[in-house]
Amino acid sequence: MKAPLVAKVALSPSVLLIGACVYGYIAFTFYLSFTGSTMMPVMSLTGTAAYSRLMSLGNWHLSVVNLGVFAALYMLGCAALGLFLAVLLDQRIRAESAFRSIYLYPMALSFIVTGTAWKWIMDPSIGLERSLRAIGWESFAFGWVKDSDLVIYCVVLAAVWQTSGFVMAIFLAGLRGVDNEVINAARLDGAKPWRIYQRVVFPQLGASLISAFVILAHMAIKSYDLVIALTGGGPGRASWLPSLFMYQYTFTRNEMAVGAASAMLMLAASAIVVIPYIRREMRQDRAHG
Amino acid sequence: MAKRSAAQRLSRALLYAILACFAVLFLLPIYVMIVNSIKPLDEIRGGDLMGLPRVATLEPWAQAWSLAQIGVQATGLKPYFLNSFLIVVPAVVISVMIGALNGYVLTQFKVRGAGLIFAALLFSVFIPFQTVLIPMARTLGWLGLAGTVKGLILVHVVYGIGFTTLFFRNFYAAFPPELVRSARMDGAGFFRLFWRLMLPNSGPIIVVAVIWQFTNAWNDFLFGASFSDYSSFPLTVALNNLVNSSTGVKEYNVHFAGAFIAAIPTLVVYIVSGKYFVRGLMAGSVKG
Repeated sequence: MKAPLVAKVALSPSVLLIGACVYGYIAFTFYLSFTGSTMMPVMSLTGTAAYSRLMSLGNWHLSVVNLGVFAALYMLGCAALGLFLAVLLDQRIRAESAFRSIYLYPMALSFIVTGTAWKWIMDPSIGLERSLRAIGWESFAFGWVKDSDLVIYCVVLAAVWQTSGFVMAIFLAGLRGVDNEVINAARLDGAKPWRIYQRVVFPQLGASLISAFVILAHMAIKSYDLVIALTGGGPGRASWLPSLFMYQYTFTRNEMAVGAASAMLMLAASAIVVIPYIRREMRQDRAHG
Repeated sequence: MAKRSAAQRLSRALLYAILACFAVLFLLPIYVMIVNSIKPLDEIRGGDLMGLPRVATLEPWAQAWSLAQIGVQATGLKPYFLNSFLIVVPAVVISVMIGALNGYVLTQFKVRGAGLIFAALLFSVFIPFQTVLIPMARTLGWLGLAGTVKGLILVHVVYGIGFTTLFFRNFYAAFPPELVRSARMDGAGFFRLFWRLMLPNSGPIIVVAVIWQFTNAWNDFLFGASFSDYSSFPLTVALNNLVNSSTGVKEYNVHFAGAFIAAIPTLVVYIVSGKYFVRGLMAGSVKG
């Protein structure tokens, strides 16, 4: 049915809001990144000075390297653990739903909550190190969270713990969608279970893997809360990510143009991952609808 | 079923052992949170973070809830818990209503540019919010909503519409067309169709959207940290301030109690209706 006027009127506030507060704001931030804005937005253009300054900053370099390390290990960790747990749960497990609920509950919690818990668990003065030494394992040492070179791995551990259950759920849904007839045929041919997974099941998990990849990459780029709660960006600035850099330079250090430029690069990074995914979704949508 | 061989039984036992180990690992932080929230501080500082409390006390809970210094006054987390509800409840109701209406229009009528609108909405849920922080801060200032609960409601509604519209759009796309057709033949107009036919048959997706929005808005930190002040801090921001305040002794037990208080609402929602939470997760598949 052709849309009557009332339908268009009903839809238009949302279109205007999203148009202004998402795309208009992105355009505004983009514009600011070419100005010399400091504490307040300034409208006169100064070319790419903010980007040049951004690229010359050691703090930005550190944030980007940290994001690279974090994103790679986080995505790999979640995908590996998620797939592992999904395969285990796919073996006609008793109490499957109880296990699934336990692996997935961290997704319901705020990163500030879990970050706080991990902060003290990983703190050598009261946490795991202290506890294991107290029960007699004198040489046990786990002080990564205080070590500038290792602190980023603490963020990886806490983040993998939080999200791998979600990735498990994605893979489990994928596993349940695999064609049973092919598996049965392979089983009748005498193939070992592991071979069946390798040859028949895993190759059919492509779509799940792509979803997991896009979600994890986008979550890695946006990661902010967990770092704030777990390390506050420290020790020093050792666990800064681009999201912390943007916030600090924009709101604390009064270098708004540099902050805006860093936000645009974060957007570019997520667009590279997300746009192909959206185009694929749209194509499927058209094919089905 | 055929009787299992010894080897098979062993491998089953191993399978359950691995699953149980991971269950323990996943439950560890929540266990640590709970047991330490009822321990006296000297037990924790004595190095017993993992053990059960020798002396249980509710003192840390009382501290975290109503006594700890967070803002200028020692009010505990209580006012911020209330703030979170005042922000989240209206934000959820409004964004879910708008999402339902949008989904209805986008699926039941031929809207010009519907594909483009859908793509724009889909992309909007993936953007790093750092790209909108500066102009949103300016806008809230102009509207006189900077540092207020109302301002945060607005922000959560604006950036929640993308999700809720997607949920309802996908749900209504599969709505039985014959029902819509017969209601139209009976002369149902635009709003009547929506109120009398679509909404009453949208139970599950409403639950999914409400849970999703509630969890996201309750757990939000970035918007709260950017757009609120002492009078309007949501609970996550207050908790972070509590844990990271540099004055005095670190009261770990109070921090754990505070963290658990902040976790309770979403945890309860998860336990009561985990199925719907997972559906939202799978359909939304994005979380900041």
